[in-house]
Amino acid sequence: MNEPSLNQFLVFSAALFCVGVYGLLTRRNLIAMLMSVELILNAAALNFVAFHHYKFGGEVGGAVFPVFIIAVAAAEAAIVLAIIIALFRHKKELDVEQVNTLKH
Amino acid sequence: MSGSWFIDHLWLVPLFPFIGFLITGLGLRGFKHAVSSAVAIVAVGLSALVAWGAAIDYYGKFGGKTLIPWQYCWLKFSPTLQGNVGVYVDDISMLLTIVVTTISFFIHIYSQGYMHGDKGYRRFFAFLNLFTFSMLGLVLAPSLIQMFVFWELVGLSSFLLIGFYWEKPSAVAACKKAFIVTRFADLGFLIGLLLLAYYAKGLDFVHINDQSTIEHLNSIKVPFLGLSLLPVAAILVFMGAAGKSAMFPLHIWLPDAMEGPTPVSALIHAATMVVAGVYLVARLFPVFAIAREAVAVVLAVGTFTSLFAAIIAMTQFDIKRVLAYSTLSQLGYMMLALGVSSWEHPLGFTASMFHLTTHACFKALLFLGAGSVIHAVHTNDMREMGGLHKRLPITHITFLIACLAIAGVPPLSGFFSKDEILAAAWYSGHHLPFLVALFVAGLTAFYMFRLYFMTFWNEPKDLERHNHAHESPLSMVFALVALAIPSIAAGFIPFGHYVYRGELEHHGINWLIAGASIVAGLCGISLAFILYFRPNDLPSRFAYAFGVFHKIVYHKFYIDEIYLYVTHNIIFKYISAPFNWFDRHCVDGFMDLTAQATLQAGRWVRRTVTGHLQTYLVWVIAGIILLSLIIWNLNDVIIWGLAIIALSGVLIAYIYQFVCTLLKKTEPLKRIDRD
Repeated sequence: MNEPSLNQFLVFSAALFCVGVYGLLTRRNLIAMLMSVELILNAAALNFVAFHHYKFGGEVGGAVFPVFIIAVAAAEAAIVLAIIIALFRHKKELDVEQVNTLKH
Repeated sequence: MSGSWFIDHLWLVPLFPFIGFLITGLGLRGFKHAVSSAVAIVAVGLSALVAWGAAIDYYGKFGGKTLIPWQYCWLKFSPTLQGNVGVYVDDISMLLTIVVTTISFFIHIYSQGYMHGDKGYRRFFAFLNLFTFSMLGLVLAPSLIQMFVFWELVGLSSFLLIGFYWEKPSAVAACKKAFIVTRFADLGFLIGLLLLAYYAKGLDFVHINDQSTIEHLNSIKVPFLGLSLLPVAAILVFMGAAGKSAMFPLHIWLPDAMEGPTPVSALIHAATMVVAGVYLVARLFPVFAIAREAVAVVLAVGTFTSLFAAIIAMTQFDIKRVLAYSTLSQLGYMMLALGVSSWEHPLGFTASMFHLTTHACFKALLFLGAGSVIHAVHTNDMREMGGLHKRLPITHITFLIACLAIAGVPPLSGFFSKDEILAAAWYSGHHLPFLVALFVAGLTAFYMFRLYFMTFWNEPKDLERHNHAHESPLSMVFALVALAIPSIAAGFIPFGHYVYRGELEHHGINWLIAGASIVAGLCGISLAFILYFRPNDLPSRFAYAFGVFHKIVYHKFYIDEIYLYVTHNIIFKYISAPFNWFDRHCVDGFMDLTAQATLQAGRWVRRTVTGHLQTYLVWVIAGIILLSLIIWNLNDVIIWGLAIIALSGVLIAYIYQFVCTLLKKTEPLKRIDRD
């Protein structure tokens, strides 16, 4: 079985990123937007790992960063879900079109 | 170092009044009235002491020489062109210094009585000291630049003192008029000064009055009527002098300046400031002596003003206005004397300075006497006075002395100086100005004695005023008596030995000329006696006989009306109004357009701020893409593209707003937007 090259990883992660951004810009639902953000973060983490593996084999940083990203993503998910629950209790909906209090 | 303490410390002379001004100015609210006047009087008294000491030393030891005991380079425009300040000592500056300090001293004392109880008492003395300081700085100036600075300062103090009673609209109008007219004239002075400074490469009088400089200036041609630079610059400088000395046609401010308190009229508008113009021409005598065209202008203006003002003075009824026109006429005399002088016939120079001195004494005395009369009867109108010779005995005697002096009755001072002017005009071959001056001597005697008889003799017109009239307080009477002495005796000073230019020209008294002037004076006096000594209807019959001419003269030849017509109907209407329109609609309009375009652009950009997270995100991502584009490939096309996009955005906003304004679709700016 031939091993995939670096470029394949990069193309895959770019695709993942674009899907994430698309989702972030188009989805009205806050939970879906949170999921899109997770996709973007994972695309970045994948880049780190791929570069670690192909270019800087001996370096630890490339392997450690995804771990940080996963930790931050988990923390973020916890906070955003807490906000979403609070918002839902307050507004009874999760549509960002309706939640425009940032304007004022 | 000249070896004389007084001359070495001459800078103290202007300094004392300045310190006095600072002290009285700081105590404007706090001081007791007596303290303010005491400080002011002491300051001027000290400066008079130093001035007299220096003058005695100067005329005793250095007669005719020029000394600069102290000088400092104040402004350095270029290595050759420097603006120096300092102290310039020569015969005329010493003369003016003692005249200014002495008369100022007596007038300060007089004011103590005259202004008693006035609520602006402290302010008055502060301004009076400021004026004395400025005038002394002007007199002692070693360079044109210092002279110009102090020239403006005397203009300022004159402005402040004319407008002293600022509650009165007429006083406010008068002070503005004086300031604007003299400022307009000073424009000429400034241009002349710059011309001289540029071509002569120096501002010092020593340098400008040097023969080689004058010849150099005279050789420069200007493309203007075929004149060389020298007369053009001299005429421009004379314009400033004419404004300050109220020569026709810039005389209109002086009669109105009588709105100020009477001591001010005596000090500033009779004795000292108004002779600054004469002094300036005398100071630049070597320049004017070569610039024949300029000196012809001086002669013509001086002669005309002396006649013109004397004619008006005959018809006026306001006691101070008669004196103001008399001052104009006498200033015209001094200019006439300068106008007939040259290096061949320098007598006119001496005569002018002589008349300046004697005139300062007797005209200050006349004004102070008039002030004393006004103080007693509380009116300026001569028709309401009369019969005051018993009520005001000392004022009456001193006033009579001054009248005799100005009328040229021997052996009082005015006779000698006037005779010298007439002699100077005659011997230099200017026969027409001589005849005019002789005629004016008769007119002078007439209008002065008309004033005298109407005020002190004739019958009291207003018995209530008459019975309340009483002699003025001691300080005022003291000043009157003190000034009467030089008015009598100043003529016996052998003036030609002290103040002269070129060869000393000595004619003695030519009894033909002197006799003619005495006869003219006596004619004037007797005519005034016939018409005004006793109440009769001759004056009104005369006025009726002259009809239209009397009316024109009574309205001062309608000069004020002509000025008003020219300024309002021509300058304001056809020059100022279009400029005003341009300013209101184009300059202000552009500013308003900018404001409204900004507001409009803001309204457009506001639409991008939706409050939706995702719109913001779109902008963030667009920004990131743009930035990465720039970083990836920075080239001119991108930069210019961005700049053009930004500029066209601004332009579109402007054009849109402009169209909206034209279609009157915009709301007017709110006040808060404007400011």
